[in-house]
Amino acid sequence: MVSFLFKRLIQSFIVMFTVALIAFSMFRFVGDPINNMVGQDTTQEQREELREQLGLNDPFVVQFLRFAGNAVVGDFGISYKFKVPVSEMIAERMPATLELAFVSAVLALVVGIPLGVYTALRRNGVISKMVMTMSLFGVSLPTFLIGILLILFFGVVLRWLPTFGRGDVVDLGFWTTGFLTKSGILSLILPSITLALFQMTLIMRLVRAEMLEVLRTDFVKFAKARGLPDRSVHFKHALKNTLVPVITITGLQLGSLIAFAIITESVFQWPGMGLMFIQAIADVDIPIMAAYLVLIAFFFVVINMIVDILYYAVDPRLRTSDGS
Amino acid sequence: MELLQINDLKIQFPSRRGTVDAVKGVTLTVKPGEVLGVVGESGAGKSTIGNAVIGLLEPPGRVAGGDVYLKGEQINNLDRDAIRKIRGRRIGMIFQDPLTSLDPLQTIEQQLVETIDLHLKLGAEKSLERAIDLLDQVGIPNPAERIKHYPHQFSGGMRQRVVIALALCAEPEVIIADEPTTALDVSIQAQILELMRRLCREKQVGMLIITHDMGVIADITDRVAVMYRGDLVEEGTTQKILGDPDHPYTKSLISAVPRPDVRLHRFPMVDYIEKEEDRKKDFDISTHWLGQAQDFDAVEGSLVSVENLVMKFISKEALLKKNRQYFTAVDNVSFDIRQGEVFGLVGESGSGKSTVARMICGLYKPASGSVNFGGTDLTKIKSETELDYYRRQMQMIFQDPFSSLNGRMKVMDIVAEPIRFHKLASSNQEVETIVLDLLEHVGLGRAAALRYPHEFSGGQRQRISIARALATRPRFLICDEPTSALDVSIQAQILNLLKDLQEELGLTMLFISHDLPVIRQMCDRVGVMKMGQLVEVSETETLFEAPSAPYTKELLSLMPKLDKLSHSGLEIED
Repeated sequence: MVSFLFKRLIQSFIVMFTVALIAFSMFRFVGDPINNMVGQDTTQEQREELREQLGLNDPFVVQFLRFAGNAVVGDFGISYKFKVPVSEMIAERMPATLELAFVSAVLALVVGIPLGVYTALRRNGVISKMVMTMSLFGVSLPTFLIGILLILFFGVVLRWLPTFGRGDVVDLGFWTTGFLTKSGILSLILPSITLALFQMTLIMRLVRAEMLEVLRTDFVKFAKARGLPDRSVHFKHALKNTLVPVITITGLQLGSLIAFAIITESVFQWPGMGLMFIQAIADVDIPIMAAYLVLIAFFFVVINMIVDILYYAVDPRLRTSDGS
Repeated sequence: MELLQINDLKIQFPSRRGTVDAVKGVTLTVKPGEVLGVVGESGAGKSTIGNAVIGLLEPPGRVAGGDVYLKGEQINNLDRDAIRKIRGRRIGMIFQDPLTSLDPLQTIEQQLVETIDLHLKLGAEKSLERAIDLLDQVGIPNPAERIKHYPHQFSGGMRQRVVIALALCAEPEVIIADEPTTALDVSIQAQILELMRRLCREKQVGMLIITHDMGVIADITDRVAVMYRGDLVEEGTTQKILGDPDHPYTKSLISAVPRPDVRLHRFPMVDYIEKEEDRKKDFDISTHWLGQAQDFDAVEGSLVSVENLVMKFISKEALLKKNRQYFTAVDNVSFDIRQGEVFGLVGESGSGKSTVARMICGLYKPASGSVNFGGTDLTKIKSETELDYYRRQMQMIFQDPFSSLNGRMKVMDIVAEPIRFHKLASSNQEVETIVLDLLEHVGLGRAAALRYPHEFSGGQRQRISIARALATRPRFLICDEPTSALDVSIQAQILNLLKDLQEELGLTMLFISHDLPVIRQMCDRVGVMKMGQLVEVSETETLFEAPSAPYTKELLSLMPKLDKLSHSGLEIED
């Protein structure tokens, strides 16, 4: 287990290093940072001075190491456009994205898994077939379209729910949360459904397929032959075995919830990191883009690590294979 | 009173192409303390009977007629809940594969306690006590500690004991065992059968044992019912059925069982089921392409000789090389295979016999040692083209006929591939002619060429594999358990075919099997392997009549006793 974790750590490090390298190359190759920072009337001398001051004349390796070193302690430099440290901007925006992603993930799991189990158990039922048909929409409709349709229906026609922003938030000092106010919670509903829908249908279809597979196994048949009631066979034995492979996919999907919140955030004008990233692209604000890239990669790596450890917790076959 | 009574049971499987009658009116009875064997080959419908009794027929299968009585009480018309209460409580079930019969994510304790508590309502503590007691009864050492373990921490034989404990935990009146020992080694099989028989006698349980294995039937049953394609063709005491069968199918089935006691030239009469298609010999093999002078150097004495072969697999990964742990699968094995002989390797699963074969044909690279083929050390050859020359001379036939053929290729292309790869024929037309001749020669007929593997049965697929192996005109054939996935009558046909081909073409063969009677029928000399080591090599007859190594003696003593089988009466009719 230790050697496995160690290997994983090395892999994670390589991934982070590569992403950092890509993020950093943007500084070098996407336009001239000095041009982006100064006005039209800055003289050539002033530009050279600034260049020297910022260390842009140093060799590539030195600059990259400086970037990486700073990134490790969370310093991604100063935004070209807003002239404030990127780390501050991210700290301000991150809670919005993480809260949205969290609610979506919970929604996707809480709805997706039971629906998957249900459609597997009642394979030929009318409701199952309806759910399966509906789920095709979830997989095939693009996120932005779903978002826009939801806004149109619940926001414009019915006027039940807010259509943009986070509503009122409470500042806890290190975190701003929308969970504590009514408007905050109402504002979360539409964007989280939009973001969750794709993952929900994916998880549902995955659980269904796995569950059907497990229901055909010998141990399920043997459990039935021992007279165990359906409830125990389905939930105690079959479902647990179903969830082993589902964990991996779900873990990866959580990462992409955070990463792909961009579209949802744009549609709902959600003040999260994704929206900030979109604006940064428009402004060619490279420090923000670099920081965002590195951060998302970091989330993925951490989630993957957790998934691997969870695997050990869930599946006894992995735990003891070192020992015996 | 009969304990279990099955009256005129009919089971149907409706399908798009019409209804299949899986079981056509079968009547069986089991008395307390009695073991009734239901024997038959695949597709005979024997497993569906077991499933139907406990109400677990896989849909779309359904009981189309007949009744099942348990102690005089009709149970085939009960509702879902009522039949569920009988399952496990009054009728216990044991399945074939112990490796997949237990929930891998729960400890043995969780599974046992859940079942015991469900049926006997003892409460958690008493249930645990009983669970430990049961494990002790089925012969699991140190049960109080072992009960905390997960299924994967037990060996196959131990897992089957756990399965038996689970089936017995509510003291059922009837046990239905569906191929309970098929997945196990002979030594484990003997122990498990002994255990089951003892439990039957002690607790006066009636047992219905479903199997295709005549050895198991001879070992454990009191009475036998023989099934063929959904019909019960014959029923009687084990003595009568095995010794003096009436029905031609039973006779054919028994004559196909490889005899442990005498070597026969061929299996006498095995063509009841599928008529062994007449192998038309309208061409003389010695003048045909197949038998033509093979452009290999002639070899004096031994064709293949392996010296001090060692193979290690990593059993525990570690970052540092010195911390890695290895499992020695093959440990210093040396033997010679003479030109033109059939050399057998026998041993239980995990003894390393397949690994040796794979090293000889180059699928594994040995950790050390050498493989000499016709005087050349193959492990020293680096160039692929040079190796191809030797690869062409040796071909392999694998165990599983279902996964060893590419399902997306037509049989024509499967058999033609080696000919084309080694450029053994000048034109495409010649290749096709050769393939058609080959298919005919292995008893498949020319029409097979245009079909895909899934259209064939297991035995027919193994014939395709044989045709493919012969397509390079090899002089050395490696058969790795070529018939252990097949029914006995099919096995007899395939073994007959291999014997004929070996004689016609003067092939040298390495024949691997765990089945001693099969080895006796096929091989000239035999090597016995145990845990990676070769414990004995001798002439087949010597090995069977006067084994020298203690392990060989043990293996021979575990061989199913088929004394009750009367072969003598059968051969005359051939």
